[in-house]
Amino acid sequence: MANDIPASQDSNDVPMLSCQGIWKVFGTNKSEFERSGGPDMRDQELARRGWTVAVRDASFDVARGEVFVIMGLSGSGKSTVVRCLSRLIEPTNGNILVEGEDLLAANEAQLLDIRRRKMGMVFQHFALLPNRDVLGNVAFPLQVQNIERSKREERAREMISLVGLEGREKFFPDELSGGQQQRVGIARSLASNPAIWFLDEPFSALDPLIRADLQDELLRLQKQLHKTTVFITHDLDEAIKIADRIAIMDQGRIVQIGSPEDLVLNPGSDYVKRFVKNVPRSKVVRVSSILRDATSSDSVGDIVVKANDRLADVAPKIGGSTQSIAIQDDKGVTLGYVDRDKFVRVLAGVV
Amino acid sequence: MSLALRIDNLPHIARSSVKCVVAVVAMALITNLGPGWLSTIPDWLMFPVSDIVGDSLTWFAREATIGGIAVQEITRGFAGLIDKPIEAAVVVLADGLFKGRGLDVTQSVPPLSWLALGGAAIIVAHRFGGSALALTTSICVAFLVSFGLWQNAMITLSNVLVSVILATLLGLVLGIWSFRSTHVENVTRGIMNVMQTVPIFAYLIPTLLLFGYGPSAALVATVAYALPPMVHNTVLALKSVPAETIECGRMTGCTQRQLLWQVQLPTALGKIAVGLNQSIMMTLNMVIIASMIGAGGLGFDVLKALRKLDIGGGLEAGMGIVALAIILDRTSQAIAKRAAHGKHREPGQWPIWKVVGLWLVIATGIAYIFEPAQAWPKDYVISTAVFWNDLVTWINIEWFDVLDAFRTFALLEVMRPFRDALAAAPWSMMIGLLAIGAYALGGARLAIYCVALALAIVMTGYWGPAMNSLYLILISVTLAVIMGFPVGFWLASRPQLQTAANLTLDTLQTLPTLVYLLPAVMLFRIGDVSAVIAVTLYATAPAIRYAMIGMSQVPVARLEAAQISGCTRWQTLRWIRFPAALPTLLVGVNQTIMMAFSMLIIAALVGTKDLGQEILIALNRSLVGQGIVAGLCVACLALIADALLKAGAARAVTHRHKKED
Repeated sequence: MANDIPASQDSNDVPMLSCQGIWKVFGTNKSEFERSGGPDMRDQELARRGWTVAVRDASFDVARGEVFVIMGLSGSGKSTVVRCLSRLIEPTNGNILVEGEDLLAANEAQLLDIRRRKMGMVFQHFALLPNRDVLGNVAFPLQVQNIERSKREERAREMISLVGLEGREKFFPDELSGGQQQRVGIARSLASNPAIWFLDEPFSALDPLIRADLQDELLRLQKQLHKTTVFITHDLDEAIKIADRIAIMDQGRIVQIGSPEDLVLNPGSDYVKRFVKNVPRSKVVRVSSILRDATSSDSVGDIVVKANDRLADVAPKIGGSTQSIAIQDDKGVTLGYVDRDKFVRVLAGVV
Repeated sequence: MSLALRIDNLPHIARSSVKCVVAVVAMALITNLGPGWLSTIPDWLMFPVSDIVGDSLTWFAREATIGGIAVQEITRGFAGLIDKPIEAAVVVLADGLFKGRGLDVTQSVPPLSWLALGGAAIIVAHRFGGSALALTTSICVAFLVSFGLWQNAMITLSNVLVSVILATLLGLVLGIWSFRSTHVENVTRGIMNVMQTVPIFAYLIPTLLLFGYGPSAALVATVAYALPPMVHNTVLALKSVPAETIECGRMTGCTQRQLLWQVQLPTALGKIAVGLNQSIMMTLNMVIIASMIGAGGLGFDVLKALRKLDIGGGLEAGMGIVALAIILDRTSQAIAKRAAHGKHREPGQWPIWKVVGLWLVIATGIAYIFEPAQAWPKDYVISTAVFWNDLVTWINIEWFDVLDAFRTFALLEVMRPFRDALAAAPWSMMIGLLAIGAYALGGARLAIYCVALALAIVMTGYWGPAMNSLYLILISVTLAVIMGFPVGFWLASRPQLQTAANLTLDTLQTLPTLVYLLPAVMLFRIGDVSAVIAVTLYATAPAIRYAMIGMSQVPVARLEAAQISGCTRWQTLRWIRFPAALPTLLVGVNQTIMMAFSMLIIAALVGTKDLGQEILIALNRSLVGQGIVAGLCVACLALIADALLKAGAARAVTHRHKKED
């Protein structure tokens, strides 16, 4: 497909999206905030001025093709962060780089251009235009760019079939179910083939079953499209299912960033510990993180598991074996071994 | 001290009553025993407001010049300009084109036939409202045609259409402007609030002065009258666009203009359309009233009939207005609903404008060949006027004793004493009591606001007529609430009836005010009793509606909690339903009062002696200042009532613990 962006995780590559020391303080503006002491201000000082801190000192990079999930409870500042990244909300302090370019330095016209070509966003309550049918909604971002009708509708149809809504092109949002409406929202956000994909709690307003369907749909799309994705959620299970890396936010602060496995195995604070306490490890931990080096007694037997598999996926295979199990990467190179005992102990949460 | 202690031990209602009585007695003593100017308004408090307003407006209209051109020239020129679209609409819809002069006039081009227009109305009704609405529309069209009211209905419709289009365009512009700038919004909201309480007649006077007698003055008055709700609704609708939807527009890279035209306005369209329906109905009401200054059409028929006391003719024209109102209201509501929730067209279904266009061509063809399809033959016009007139005569002969006894009793035993008491009450006492009541409900600010408005009435010299208005309003509103609330409570417990009830109430509320005078006059001739009955009839609908809404919106969980605690029906009503419904009920009373005010002015036509009559007299004699000032006095009364009841409703909503001090 034309819109495929090759995934590359090269370490020397510029991150697609980089933000450094983002602050959002309501009740003040950039210059006043800086004059008053900026990021060095104490909490009491901020409170004394009647300012509300929504985001404090958030820094992270999102690599090309990565799914970066920002997770937090309501009021933790996660939605404000994603709005700062697109300047829907103007950050009070900090830097945001999009492919190395300074987003905050962009003027109104440049910002319009960046949003039109580089960014797509999916909203919690879908934000569909009720007066337009599905086709009109999906084609909307292209119409804004004054792309001619036949072209934009062709592209819109492509997107509609990508999210599995063929035949509904002429339906209006009010005639669709919630799940279908969000599919339209997804198709619309992808219509202009953005490099960066923002999803603000896209599935929170949906029933659990539909939510699971759409999570799978998202994973399928991401496998195909490799978008650089910033995904907001308050649901840890969802975060774990979707994320390459997760940032956990609390009271405006990012308290820990790491892979789902990292967070579950090495929670950095009590707050994170309380969160991940009830996450079944088998669904998070990958085989690769419990392997040991080969010893002379090991040999590659009948049972071979992939390093990227999660413990829960391979548990049925391992259940009956008595010998150690070989762990290989995607290319079939043996990376190490794991004993059944160790495997069971990790599953049981003893280690 | 001991008195206060004993009062504190009484139940709440008794305590309030005792306080009220004490206040009234105290105020009565002070104002009657005090210096004379406390009971009779002294000259130094009165200002010749009417003269000043009248003189300056007359000067402005007759003598003032802008850039060397007299204002009157400009306004009359403007009137000539806006006459054109009305004339065009009248030609197309009602009259057609004529040639020749004097007695030789012949129609050269006929207007669109009743078959074409009526059919088009039915087609539109069917597309947007299904067969039920199509049937309703057919009945209304058939009534208008067969009773020979079609042509006049189309004149009224022409006026309504042109006014609505103008009001909508202006309303959108002002609405968008207000939406974008809070400064502009504050200004427009202030003006609009006053405009909505100024009685309908008061609009006619300055326009008459500036634009002269005729359709264009009527048009200007109508547009001015229908504008406030349009602006208000546009602002509200634009504000109701979800934040996410706007963010979506910004994220797709919309410019400010794209955001407005492609995101905000279309998303708000559904709500704007609901407002449009309201302003269509207000326009119709005003066009009917504006017949007094030359709008013509059905309203003129009713007025003519009222003046001749030709009840039958008036009733038929009134029913014609009702039929037109129902078509306009139901269809515009159905279209508004569709605008809010899009629906895809079935494959093979033509777009509506194509269907209507084709029908207009076909029907015009038929009308060309088949004369009765163009103009309903005179011989087949049904008239029931004779029947109604006979009925009125019969009622007046057979039931004269009963009706007259009732009328005399009401007048002598209830209304007159109340009126005289209000008239005799010293002005300072009324204002003192108003201040105390307002202070108790909403604190010092509210008290100052209300007293200032009341003093404004005193200053104009219209205190007497204002008290007369107050007495009519109080009696009518009391009756409307006494009749309306129980009906509403009863309907609240019968959900299966509510759809029908809502439809009936909607229809009753959209009927032009003039129509309500007819049954009252039919039974009680002219005078205060007829006025009270007409006002009560008109104001009962909101009382019923709000009682129903208030009582049926009680959260189910609370009712279940009452049930599980073993409350009897009465206990549930007393402790659960009533407290929960109280704020809505107060809003209902407020709405009832506002409706009563707007009807009261119209009721001047059946001979009251209040502010409405002052305006009507001013209108007939072109006393510009008096008319406008009397109109503003009505607005003052309405604003006071509105402020007091809103404060009451706000108190009923917020539950705060009493500070212990």
